[in-house]
Amino acid sequence: MDNNSSGDAVKNAFVQFKDVQKSYDGEVLVVKGLNLDIAKGEFLTMLGPSGSGKSTCLMMLAGFEMPTHGEILLGGKSITNIAPHHRGIGMVFQNYALFPHMTIFENLAFPLEVRKMSSDQIKEKVSKALDMVRMGGFESRRPGQLSGGQAQRIAVARALVFEPELILMDEPLGALDKQLREQMQYEIKHIHESLGVTVVYVTHDQSEALTMSDRVAVFNDGIIQQLATPEVLYEEPKNAFVAQFIGENNKLEGKIKSQLENNLCEVELAGDQVVTALNVQNREVGAETSMSIRPERVVLNPQENQVDNMASGKIVESIYLGDHLRLNVRAFGEQEFVMKVPNATEHSSLVEGTDVGVGWRSEDCRALDPFIPI
Amino acid sequence: MFHKKTLATITISAALAATSFSASAETEMVVVSWGGAYTNSQQKAYHEPYMAENSDIKIINDDSAAEAVAKLRAMNEAGNVTWSLVDAVASDAIRLCDEGLAEEIDFDTVLAAAPDGTPATEDFGELIVSDCFIPQIVYSTTFGYRTDLVGDNPPASIADVFDLEKIPGKRALEKRPIGNLEWALLADGVPVEEVYDTLETEEGLDRAFAKLDTIKDQVIWWEKGAQTPQLLADGEVVMGSTYNGRLFSVIEEEKQPIAMMWDWQVFDLDGWIVPKGAPHMEEVMKYLKFATDTQRLADQAKYISYGPARASSAPMVGQHADLGIDMAPHMPTNPENAKNTLLYNYEWWADNRDDLDERFQAWLAQ
Amino acid sequence: MSTAEALVTADGTPLKVSLARATRRSKIRALMLVVPLFVFILITFFIPIGDMLLRSFQNELVGDILPKTVKALENWDESSGELPDETVFTAMAEDFKVAAENKTIGKVGLRLNYEKSGFSSLFRKSGRRAKKLEPPYKEAFLEIDKKWNDLEYWRIFKRESAKFTKSYYLAALDVGYDEAGNIAMKPEEKQIYLNLFLRTLKLSLLITALCIILAYPVSYLLSTLPANKSNLLLILVLLPFWTSLLVRTTSWIALLQQEGVLNDLFVWLGIVSDDGRLAMIHNQTGTIIAMTHILLPFMILPLYSVMKTIPPSYMRAARSLGATPLTAFVRVYMPNTVAGIGAGSILVFILAIGYYITPALVGGTEGTLISNLIAYHLSTSLNWGLAAALGTILLGLVLFLYLMYDKIVGIDNMKLG
Repeated sequence: MDNNSSGDAVKNAFVQFKDVQKSYDGEVLVVKGLNLDIAKGEFLTMLGPSGSGKSTCLMMLAGFEMPTHGEILLGGKSITNIAPHHRGIGMVFQNYALFPHMTIFENLAFPLEVRKMSSDQIKEKVSKALDMVRMGGFESRRPGQLSGGQAQRIAVARALVFEPELILMDEPLGALDKQLREQMQYEIKHIHESLGVTVVYVTHDQSEALTMSDRVAVFNDGIIQQLATPEVLYEEPKNAFVAQFIGENNKLEGKIKSQLENNLCEVELAGDQVVTALNVQNREVGAETSMSIRPERVVLNPQENQVDNMASGKIVESIYLGDHLRLNVRAFGEQEFVMKVPNATEHSSLVEGTDVGVGWRSEDCRALDPFIPI
Repeated sequence: MFHKKTLATITISAALAATSFSASAETEMVVVSWGGAYTNSQQKAYHEPYMAENSDIKIINDDSAAEAVAKLRAMNEAGNVTWSLVDAVASDAIRLCDEGLAEEIDFDTVLAAAPDGTPATEDFGELIVSDCFIPQIVYSTTFGYRTDLVGDNPPASIADVFDLEKIPGKRALEKRPIGNLEWALLADGVPVEEVYDTLETEEGLDRAFAKLDTIKDQVIWWEKGAQTPQLLADGEVVMGSTYNGRLFSVIEEEKQPIAMMWDWQVFDLDGWIVPKGAPHMEEVMKYLKFATDTQRLADQAKYISYGPARASSAPMVGQHADLGIDMAPHMPTNPENAKNTLLYNYEWWADNRDDLDERFQAWLAQ
Repeated sequence: MSTAEALVTADGTPLKVSLARATRRSKIRALMLVVPLFVFILITFFIPIGDMLLRSFQNELVGDILPKTVKALENWDESSGELPDETVFTAMAEDFKVAAENKTIGKVGLRLNYEKSGFSSLFRKSGRRAKKLEPPYKEAFLEIDKKWNDLEYWRIFKRESAKFTKSYYLAALDVGYDEAGNIAMKPEEKQIYLNLFLRTLKLSLLITALCIILAYPVSYLLSTLPANKSNLLLILVLLPFWTSLLVRTTSWIALLQQEGVLNDLFVWLGIVSDDGRLAMIHNQTGTIIAMTHILLPFMILPLYSVMKTIPPSYMRAARSLGATPLTAFVRVYMPNTVAGIGAGSILVFILAIGYYITPALVGGTEGTLISNLIAYHLSTSLNWGLAAALGTILLGLVLFLYLMYDKIVGIDNMKLG
């Protein structure tokens, strides 16, 4: 797969990865030829399952790992041979990495002290940074006395206090509970917007990535699978991995039977049924394919002209989720569909065993490469 | 069920073990001695012949004589004396006797007379230095030197030990005042009969310590008898004091280039004490009569080069059991070796030991 | 508080009573789990230490064996400059007859001989002739030994007939009674213990410092290596524990003595001349080398366990914040290892301060420590009172340093692993 084609070209890139490769043991490449341009002021998220190479990329950018091959540029200059402490990159770690033997003030003052700032300046900057994360008044506490959310705020403040132009965040919200995590996502987003710093964010949580990012680079197997805005990623996944990894997905396995107009194609399923789908990858006739349909694009009991594809099925499972019902429908033989139906009085009959019809528009069904489980 | 059964089995086998144990009816006597070659010599000369004659006696060796005094006191305080017989040097024996930790012995009743009928008290003579102490051997603390390191100028007198010009190099001396103070005065020209009177005075003590001062930085102080032979063998010292038996083995058995310097060897005695309240007192006394008779004391000299404490044993000393060499010339009591000898004044040291130990330690630490 | 009293369970029993009943079983269980250890510690630790404390000031021997004399001596005025009168001598004659019969007179002589040389023979001699003593006893005793004419013996006799004595503690601090019976520092040539306490402290501190310096990098390496390699290295670190102390000490002698392996190597390499072989054993150097070696694992283990818990992200965070590797190490890494250094130091220091086998074998005279003297008084001179006093002072010293440590560093900051 060609990485250069993934994502939009960035003019005046602030951070550039050029043909970066990384191997720890000389046998396996953890990062396989990475090319990535990040614009100034951008919020870019590296998303992927663990072991996909995203953290390694971040560590190479921070300077804690050396690329085995290739070059990393910051503001147009190569930083491959610059020590971490000379790169001027702020970093937020997964476990916060606040220094337990120092007070909050000392923690924030640390980067300023090593830059030999005057104590007045330090005081001013520290209190400004603390105000920014709404932690004023915590100066004399120790990290051990803070809650997870508070510690996270301090970690962000510390990474920002010396006013770096680039901030790296390595799964910073991983240790927080769901509610706090969502709140912190917005706070980080707001800080990013108000300061205009460039943020490179690493996470394995796709909803976090979609919520916060300008662009998301989906990593798998040491390669960027797709680099795009959250909307494009969700609506137009380029391959089966991205489709499966981002959001909820229904997949149908089959074989391309024939090519139609408007980039549509006919796909033959295992049970000899034929459906039409968008041939995103221009796959040849006869090729195996895995089709992706978002649950919300599946229509229940559709009218004849409402959809291009129709099938009858049986509800295997019905889960009540308040605002909507989640149905698990078996159709096309063994294949299962997940679909979401808004909660309405007429749907009260949708219980297990009910026969229903399902359908979708050909444009909503994307025929991709065959899916290989992670 | 299972547990009950197991328990029963254990009880029965324990009972059986107990009966079979008591059936053998052996008397076990724990005899404490110094271990190594010395215990071996006692095993060969005393224990084995005695056990051969008395099959109901079993002698168990315990090698903790070095800590015997402290342990005996602790056993006595705890009211549980487990030792039947303890080998001790004379000064310790005197102390144990004073503390009431050793039985007094009626020498002529308990011990055998000499073959010619001389009573034990006369046969041992002046070596009976305490009411509780039965001497076995006369040993001496004397000097060994490296023949290859002293050149054509081997040490010949105690004065040479203190003469760094004649014989440069390190010396090994025992880390205690006893012996060293006497040697210092003898080397400084004090006649032997005046040594203890001189030490009695403050000036005399100063004189002895001043003499020791002259070689202090060339001395390695030893605490265990095995150290000097090792130091000599390694060439760490050119000469050193130790027990003559130790030197005998390093010279004759290990064939090291070491020779003896007998001048002013200090005689000391080693022998038996019976701890107060020792188990099997009757058997112990029987054993003592056997093990301290003229023949047995002479036999011990076959295995180790220490002189028998009985006058009547001396003519019976023969050859070394393994090496086949005449033991008489190696005895500290041999006239050739015993030209100048000193016997500790036990009484004097009993009085002054605490005080002088302290001063000696302080002097060492300075 | 009235609300608390009002709380009852459904059947009307007060809540507290009910709760206590409910938790009693688990409390008893917990207690049962602790009992064996508690009894063990009581028997093997507290009772011996209590006994030691007692011995350092208890002094009932003289009064027990010579009760009449001690009572009679109460009326004697030691400042009068005159010998005790005939009543004392009469009482003494009676006591001596009994004590000689019981063979206990020698004990008193040995005890008093700690205070002044000569008591031992004086009592032994007098005891032997006690049976034949005839009045007037004063003359009879003076005839046995003229020391009975010496007021100093009498003063000490009276002083040490008290139930408790401070003479052991005085001796342990190099203080004694002068001829007039006043407390004064001992003459310089008899001062030992203060110097030894000082030397023991100094050497223990030095050994602790050396252990920190040597253990720190090793522990760091251990904590950063992958598990299989660090386990192997840890085994090497622990190897000294698996060999007997005497074997190790003997190998130190073989290695360090003047004709030893190391000196041979130095001479061969030309670092030192054949005449200038280094004295590395039978002196303080020997003690320091051997004890540092023996105690090193006690420093490495707590350090290692603390370092293992320091996330690598601390150093990375410091670096990313602009600190040089050195600054990051000094300001971020090291402060987080203080707990390990503290624990290791306390272990090593306390062990070092009480060590005696190694200094005795490789320390010569200048490498001897206070514990060697304690061992000497326990097993050779048998002056257990003095040994107990020295031990008590040492214990006090350790406790004092421990409290100081608690005050400065805080004991809850300590991590033993």
